[in-house]
Amino acid sequence: MISIPAMILTAAFVGYAGLARESGLSLGETLAMTGMVWALPSIVVLTGAITGGASLLAAAVAVALASVRLMPMTVALMPMLKVEGRTKRWHLLVASHFVAVTAWVYAMKNLPDLPREARLPFFLGFGGGITSFVFVMTGVSYLLIEDMPAIVAGALFLLTPVYFTCSLWGASRLSSDKAAMILGLVLGPIFFVAVPGLDLLWTGLAGGTVAYLGVKGYGRFPR
Amino acid sequence: MSELWWWPYVMIVVAGWLATDIWRWLGVIVGNRLREDSEILIWVRAVATALVAGVISRLILFPTGALGTSPLALRIAAAATGFLAFLYFRQRVVVGVLVAEVVLIAGWYLL
Repeated sequence: MISIPAMILTAAFVGYAGLARESGLSLGETLAMTGMVWALPSIVVLTGAITGGASLLAAAVAVALASVRLMPMTVALMPMLKVEGRTKRWHLLVASHFVAVTAWVYAMKNLPDLPREARLPFFLGFGGGITSFVFVMTGVSYLLIEDMPAIVAGALFLLTPVYFTCSLWGASRLSSDKAAMILGLVLGPIFFVAVPGLDLLWTGLAGGTVAYLGVKGYGRFPR
Repeated sequence: MSELWWWPYVMIVVAGWLATDIWRWLGVIVGNRLREDSEILIWVRAVATALVAGVISRLILFPTGALGTSPLALRIAAAATGFLAFLYFRQRVVVGVLVAEVVLIAGWYLL
């Protein structure tokens, strides 16, 4: 699994291992979260909730809000993964656990090049491989890294957004996807300030809908 | 309650695993009914893409942890230079990532 997404995601989780250790989480707790939640933003929210002493309900609501984004991502991916009439639903339910931004962007970019029968096995192999690799590396770095210089930690944190920007653009095959990406980049910070907590949902709905309607309208009335 | 060693694990299973995977399962149930070429799916793709783009700009503009101590203008400059390099060099992701890192680290040392 020595691939770019694996490297980038590992770097992000190495950064997270530092945060988990600083927050006083045990190795077992850190690894349980990495494997079971498998979506870095949700993991960071849950870390904050546990160390902040939030109640179970409050933590669940916060994490659920941070994770809503996984639903439209999964919806968009599923028709690409399945073979009509042959793929069993439980196979897709298992595969869906690997839906997180990195694997999603990678799959949206690379799956269309594969024959339909090969897509689900490929995604399971990719998802399972990258999850196991990152899981092990998170544990190793939790044990090894006691104190990371700010500049190194900062450089690790920057890898993720830059990798996402480039590969999301590469995965955008329709002009509506590209328009949605640009709108999302602009609207994200605005909604973050205006409606914190629900910002990603609003960014997706507003940016995606405007991009979809805009491109559709433009295509209908060509110059 | 938080004194019990197993309590964090209950939190992780209920507030972490269930609260996250429920959305993935719902996505499978809804997505399984859609055809790949349907109009609804084009819209859902746009929504998911905008949402991921929102995650990106949040990571750059409002980072948590160590990246937060770097100047905002430097983070934006690093990400923008990286993306332009990515576009210029035939959309090679490695190029974009490396250029952004060089700009960030060099800028951080110089400022």
